Amino acid sequence: MIIAQQKPVKDIAEMINDCQKVLFVGCAGCVTVCLAGGEKETEVLASSLRIMRKLEEKPLETVTFTATRQCDPEYIVALDNLVDGVDAIVSLACGVGVQYLAERFKDKWVVPALDTKFIGGSTVHGVWEEKCGLCGDCVLHRTGGICPIIRCSKSILNGPCGGSQYGKCEISKDVDCAWQLIYDRMTALGKLDKLMEIQPPKDWTKSRDGGPRKAVREDVMID
Amino acid sequence: MPCSGTIDHRVIMHAFEDGADGVFVAGCMEGDCHFLKGNIRAKKRVQHVKQILDEIGFGGERLGFYNLSAAQGQRFAEIVKEMTEKILQLGPNPLAKSAGKEGGAA
Repeated sequence: MIIAQQKPVKDIAEMINDCQKVLFVGCAGCVTVCLAGGEKETEVLASSLRIMRKLEEKPLETVTFTATRQCDPEYIVALDNLVDGVDAIVSLACGVGVQYLAERFKDKWVVPALDTKFIGGSTVHGVWEEKCGLCGDCVLHRTGGICPIIRCSKSILNGPCGGSQYGKCEISKDVDCAWQLIYDRMTALGKLDKLMEIQPPKDWTKSRDGGPRKAVREDVMID
Repeated sequence: MPCSGTIDHRVIMHAFEDGADGVFVAGCMEGDCHFLKGNIRAKKRVQHVKQILDEIGFGGERLGFYNLSAAQGQRFAEIVKEMTEKILQLGPNPLAKSAGKEGGAA
């Protein structure tokens, strides 16, 4: 899932400083799971800003709504009758949701309440780690299910660098060397020979070199 | 609410928005939670709300968390006295003069 974290409340307050009525839109997708922009976080943020503004004697009127997803046009249609009269929309989605709202409500000031951090998952409740580099050409079948693109600090594809010491990466004693993990896993699986197979250079044209990417499934498109 | 483990950030925030001068959450004694960790989680949640209240300039000191059992009437009276004295020192809720939320959930 996409992992995001809320910006400091003061930064968000600054973005809507000149607004009297604001719509706060949460998202029930990834940001609900990572506890950054779900229904609860949306209402807590709206409450925080109402309190801030009341202390400043510039009361803020708020409307809150949490969309099933902000990254699908059909789920933000429901906002059409909530945007009337609002001076701004604060999105608590990832950067995708913010852009979908800005695109649909062209005459509205749409601002992000979150910083979109990375693609990852939770290790324990309250801790999330980056796991996927979105390279567009997955190599996990060759690396024992451990991504060298994002989990190796240098995205090296042919084994550890000289900065690998006692299983840790030179950038921090808290960061595992991905290639040590890959080696250990492939050893445990009895597939170490797979690492010796010669691979052609990785096809980075499937990554970010050609501008924004698009995925198309014609069989599910509705005419 | 019957169990501190169910405390929600929003309940506390709304209490202050509605003009409460102070709020304290009383959880069971640590180690006595019928749901194992409800009171520990409540304490952490209250701590988070205190941070939010500090961040927005309202002041987290108006919010407290205490552990006590239902059989500790005397301790409850002490806590109420302690909290009341603290709030009297802080003065009225700065939002109270214009109490009432400016909006709500759609």
